[in-house]
Amino acid sequence: MDSGPGCETAKLTPLGTAARGAAGVIDRIEVDGLRFDLPAAEIERRLLELGFLEGARVSVLHEGLFGRDPIAVRVNGATVALRRSEAMAILIRQGQS
Amino acid sequence: MTETTVETIWRLALVGVPNCGKTALFNAMTGSRQKVGNYAGVTVERKMGTATTPHGRTLSVLDLPGTYSLRARSPDEEITRDVLLDRKDGEAPLDLVLAVADATNLRSAMRLVLELKTAGHPVVLVLNMMDIARRMGMDIDLSALSAALGLPVVAASAVRKGGMHELWHALDKLITEGLPVASARSWKEPAASDLRALQHEADRIIHSGVRFPEKPDTLTTRLDAVLLHPVLGLLSLLALLFIMFQAVFAGAAPIMDLISAGFDALGAGVQVVLGPGIVESFLVDGLISGVGGVLVFLPQILILFLFILLLEDLGYMARAAFLMDKIMGGAGLHGRAFIPLLSSFACAIPGIMATRVIDNRRDRLTTILVAPLMTCSARIPVYTLIISAFIPARPVLGLFNLQGLVMFGLYAAGILSALAVSFVAKYVFWRDEPAQPFMLELPDYKLPRPVNVLREMLTRARQFLQRAGTTILAMTVLIWFLATFPAAPEGATEPPIFYSFAAMIGHGIEPLLRPIGFNWQISVALVPGMAAREVVVAALGTVYSVQDAGDATVTIARSLASNWSLATALSFLTWYVFAPQCFSTLVVIRRETGQARWLWISLAYMLVLAYVASFIVYRLALLAGLG
Repeated sequence: MDSGPGCETAKLTPLGTAARGAAGVIDRIEVDGLRFDLPAAEIERRLLELGFLEGARVSVLHEGLFGRDPIAVRVNGATVALRRSEAMAILIRQGQS
Repeated sequence: MTETTVETIWRLALVGVPNCGKTALFNAMTGSRQKVGNYAGVTVERKMGTATTPHGRTLSVLDLPGTYSLRARSPDEEITRDVLLDRKDGEAPLDLVLAVADATNLRSAMRLVLELKTAGHPVVLVLNMMDIARRMGMDIDLSALSAALGLPVVAASAVRKGGMHELWHALDKLITEGLPVASARSWKEPAASDLRALQHEADRIIHSGVRFPEKPDTLTTRLDAVLLHPVLGLLSLLALLFIMFQAVFAGAAPIMDLISAGFDALGAGVQVVLGPGIVESFLVDGLISGVGGVLVFLPQILILFLFILLLEDLGYMARAAFLMDKIMGGAGLHGRAFIPLLSSFACAIPGIMATRVIDNRRDRLTTILVAPLMTCSARIPVYTLIISAFIPARPVLGLFNLQGLVMFGLYAAGILSALAVSFVAKYVFWRDEPAQPFMLELPDYKLPRPVNVLREMLTRARQFLQRAGTTILAMTVLIWFLATFPAAPEGATEPPIFYSFAAMIGHGIEPLLRPIGFNWQISVALVPGMAAREVVVAALGTVYSVQDAGDATVTIARSLASNWSLATALSFLTWYVFAPQCFSTLVVIRRETGQARWLWISLAYMLVLAYVASFIVYRLALLAGLG
């Protein structure tokens, strides 16, 4: 449903590595293989509750001074702050804003 | 319920996601007819109010803690879940649930509404902040939303005059027609797949009734360009803190002086009327100085609350947490601990009470443990006294003043030790406990409404007086007792306190305190000093028999300068940075954590820290020849 031009070839970027100004569409939430202090399923639910849902448009608005962390992300009309380590679970297809 | 009145009372609960304006709606519905207490068995605030509809129906309204979902993640959210599922003991069943949503931010709210429908109670969706949504250019079709949801949907603007009209009308209409009966409860904790399905459904409903404007809120975007800028954002936060401190300390000073003078005059008056005696002593030294000791901090606390509430209503608090998360996270503190710790600079008690905003128990306890290390305003008279007696007002590097530098050093020592303690707690205490993620919504900026801020401020002031006041008062009376009995024998040559229980305790602990350079006079003065830190100033005056003539503080300072070595003075200052010299704080810790264990842990770690630090400072000072 979000098939933009070149979407088959576009690489997925974890939101946790995206620079300020980066924008895209969430392809999927993938908590497996990442280390969190809470159970991965719980992290996934919390991200979903804040609006990080497949197909949602995101853009990185702000970042902190130290380690450019945490980040403030615009997601479907709301602004959400989260740490880069948590944002690693959000895979986006960049450049579709 | 015991009251079987002729009149029916309809029981409503307000539920919504954080920042949806639920509290403003609650205030608009109930006005000043509110009761704030605690839920049975937990320290979660229970806000309850009474409202009367235009048709004269009485509603009892419960303002439930904000939540994104009924799958509770914190004690506050557990309350919301349990009340909505009729599991909470002591809560009568609900007749109607008002789901409150910020009309400008509907996605999570709509998902919560879908979840609420499965809880069984009849639900009405209240779209709050409709005025802002319209101004932003949003086009919301209430009847389309209502049809898609299968629920009544009502618009409201809680903070506008007349903004409640439609809600009142809808409630009266619903009650007249008869509330829908409760449906079967099908709620179960949603898994990730359920949340996805709910959100897709919620988005579908929103699309059926809401059209969004082309451009987003530009004011918030422009403000955040500065306030969330990596460098400018931190500088703005610092500037804001500076203004806040200036207001708390300089702004409150004249009123505080007035309050002290008032209570001194009252004490003096009672003294004249009653003449010396045990009743007079109880009234003047126990009761009046106890009440005065509480009230004198009220102006500072009110100004502090005013700032915090204004910043909260503006939507800045979440941003302060964003800016501070990395800095505090390094020490094992959550970004949200920032505000409670900030409050602790006025007094640890409101600071500890403010830790309720931290939803994770681990993060909350760490914050409570370190809050008393922040330099509260009760330490200032102690620091001022010792600095003026022992530290020369010498210029340093032509720019600074040595006295000012020492004062700054004491503040810095408090902050650094708080960071160090939370760091240790993170790696020692909580090694096996999961760290919490930092995820929170940054709401759009909104202009605070003065009436709401004022009402909230009065509520918090009342809470402070009730919770802290009663404790401080009880402690002052207990310590008055210890310092007064047994009475001095006939023909005693020393001040009466020398014959009291306080002196016995002081003499008892003096051998323990000798290695850190404290003489027995200090040991005795520390006992009444447990009532509140600043009391030690008067207590030192008493043990050194300073006559209360002219400026007592100057006389005490002179007397200390001739009796103490510089090493002792430095050790004493160090002691006051760390020592748990405030019973009331400990009692509030016990109350807020619900466990005596945390009282003892705070007491023990602060005592050890104070003793070790004072010992090191004293020994180093002796080595430097300052003995």
